[in-house]
Amino acid sequence: MKLLVFIVKRFLRLLITIFLVSTIIFFIIRVIPGDPAVVIAGIDATKQEIQAIREKLGTDRPLIIQYTDWLKRIVVFDFGNSMMTDQPVKKLILQRFPLTLTLAVLGIIFGIIIAIPIGILSAVHRWSLWDYIGMTISQLGMAIPSFWLGILLLLIFAVKIHLFPLFGSGSFKFYILPAISLGFARAAVILRLTRASMVEELSKEYVITARAKGLTERMVKYKHALKNALLPVVTVTGIQFGYMLGGAIIIEQVFSLPGLGRLFLTGIYQRDFTLIQGGVVFVAIIFSLINFLVDILYSVLNPKIEIK
Amino acid sequence: MKGRNNFILKVKNLEVTFEPNLRALRGINLNVRWGEIHGLVGESGSGKSVTSMTIMGLLQTPPAHINSGEIIFNGSSLLSLTPEEMRLKRGKELAIVFQEPSKYLNPSLKIGEQIGETLRLHLNMRREESQKQTLKLLKLVGLPGEERILSSYPHELSGGMKQRALIAMAISCNPLFLIADEPTTALDVTLQLQILKLIGELKNSLNMSVLFISHDLAVIREIADTVSIIYAGKIVECGNVEAIFNNPLHPYTRLLLLSIPDPSKRGKRLKSIPGKVPSADSIPPGCAFHTRCPIAKGICREVEPRLKEVKQNHTVACHFPGKIVEGV
Repeated sequence: MKLLVFIVKRFLRLLITIFLVSTIIFFIIRVIPGDPAVVIAGIDATKQEIQAIREKLGTDRPLIIQYTDWLKRIVVFDFGNSMMTDQPVKKLILQRFPLTLTLAVLGIIFGIIIAIPIGILSAVHRWSLWDYIGMTISQLGMAIPSFWLGILLLLIFAVKIHLFPLFGSGSFKFYILPAISLGFARAAVILRLTRASMVEELSKEYVITARAKGLTERMVKYKHALKNALLPVVTVTGIQFGYMLGGAIIIEQVFSLPGLGRLFLTGIYQRDFTLIQGGVVFVAIIFSLINFLVDILYSVLNPKIEIK
Repeated sequence: MKGRNNFILKVKNLEVTFEPNLRALRGINLNVRWGEIHGLVGESGSGKSVTSMTIMGLLQTPPAHINSGEIIFNGSSLLSLTPEEMRLKRGKELAIVFQEPSKYLNPSLKIGEQIGETLRLHLNMRREESQKQTLKLLKLVGLPGEERILSSYPHELSGGMKQRALIAMAISCNPLFLIADEPTTALDVTLQLQILKLIGELKNSLNMSVLFISHDLAVIREIADTVSIIYAGKIVECGNVEAIFNNPLHPYTRLLLLSIPDPSKRGKRLKSIPGKVPSADSIPPGCAFHTRCPIAKGICREVEPRLKEVKQNHTVACHFPGKIVEGV
């Protein structure tokens, strides 16, 4: 019952978010210079031709009418058709989404595998060689731009040693390098947080109690401290995952992957209003959904938090 | 139980410093008899908790260093045990209850698990067995032995219940020796008395010896059989509770007793000891108390008094034991 109320509340919040996001994006793309009709008509089109296209697209109508029209459609999750290709925006997005989802899942798995064990070891053996290695990895992850890492990985593992394909998508192999480039920066953030959180938990009083009971150091650290230390990590990892689901524009560009990021980028270049609007709302929905799941997971892990 | 004069715990000349130059304990001597409650009294920063952590083998070294001394517990020298040998004694033969129950319980583990894991660890119990035993322990410490508490998390219990749960955890393996490190300080007054009574009862029913640490003399008078007074990392006076309260020999003890609020002196200004405890990095030479002592003479600034038995079972470290000056 509690869970049901929680879900309903969250759904209402999602609607508000979608309303705000769609309003903001609607006006922003109309404020920035550029007209889809001009893009479609080409450079040497006459004014009449451009006007005709505008009428066809509906962008000749007063702004407020366009806006209410857009809101009406958003309510039933109808994103309209792309201004450039005339295909349904929803279809375009859902075509690209599996690729982005695969990339994000692999990226976050890579990030977690790197970050959490090293973060924990760094905290447990603070100021040891382990810790320095961990901190160096984290520094590198934060300092290295992911596109550069992507190019480097391509150079080494696709050009020099032909271990992975250079570009394209298809089998699992195509996703490995982009997932690593994408996940490394995430790993840096998660690693730092894991270490800090574990160090903090190990300094808490209940750890002394655990030692006073005669528990082994392993139990003190991995049974008592770790569970508490991972709580903030869950939240941050979820949010990082949410970001990745919005599409990784640069990494998709580097690896020529036809994901959401590239779809949206093309939309922005061509001033494809409906595509941009639909894309932004879609990302907002995904992001809210991930947050919702993270909150549920958090309340399962943390007995102090009750779903309200 | 061993004879009346046998000691379960003997701490001899224990010296602990913290990096870089904090002299936390400057030669502590402490004797606890079998079956008694020994009170350890002192102001904050005097070394009470360092003493208890050292006895439990929980001191982090470094930053702490145990420079010298001996801790003889039930015939074995604790400081010469390996960490693993010491670990096996902790929670089984020696146990400790801390001051703030809400901080010293793990927020994300159920109470039943936190008590039960000790039973499984030290007594090799199986899970069902440890659960049954945990219920018994909860009943023993005055928590209704309900399944509900087993599956509660610490934040679902009140402060008093949490302290009882911590006590249940400490006594779970029927230890010979319990250190109670200010177990009532964080509780409100009505609960304090209940917890004191509980510790007294458990001591008798489980045949434990207790080191009861407090800064509150009223609490000590209530519960302890013998008392040691600690000042700036050293024991300054030790004796039976009656001797300490009726005939204190050290001026510090005297002043401490005068600073207890007394209903018969209502309306008068409460006495307090002028000055403060010297910090561990600047202990004055001679008697550490001379800077605040109303009867200090030249010798007190130069020569450190040794702990001497002045009366039977009553030792004091003062050049002028029992000397009374007006108002003190």
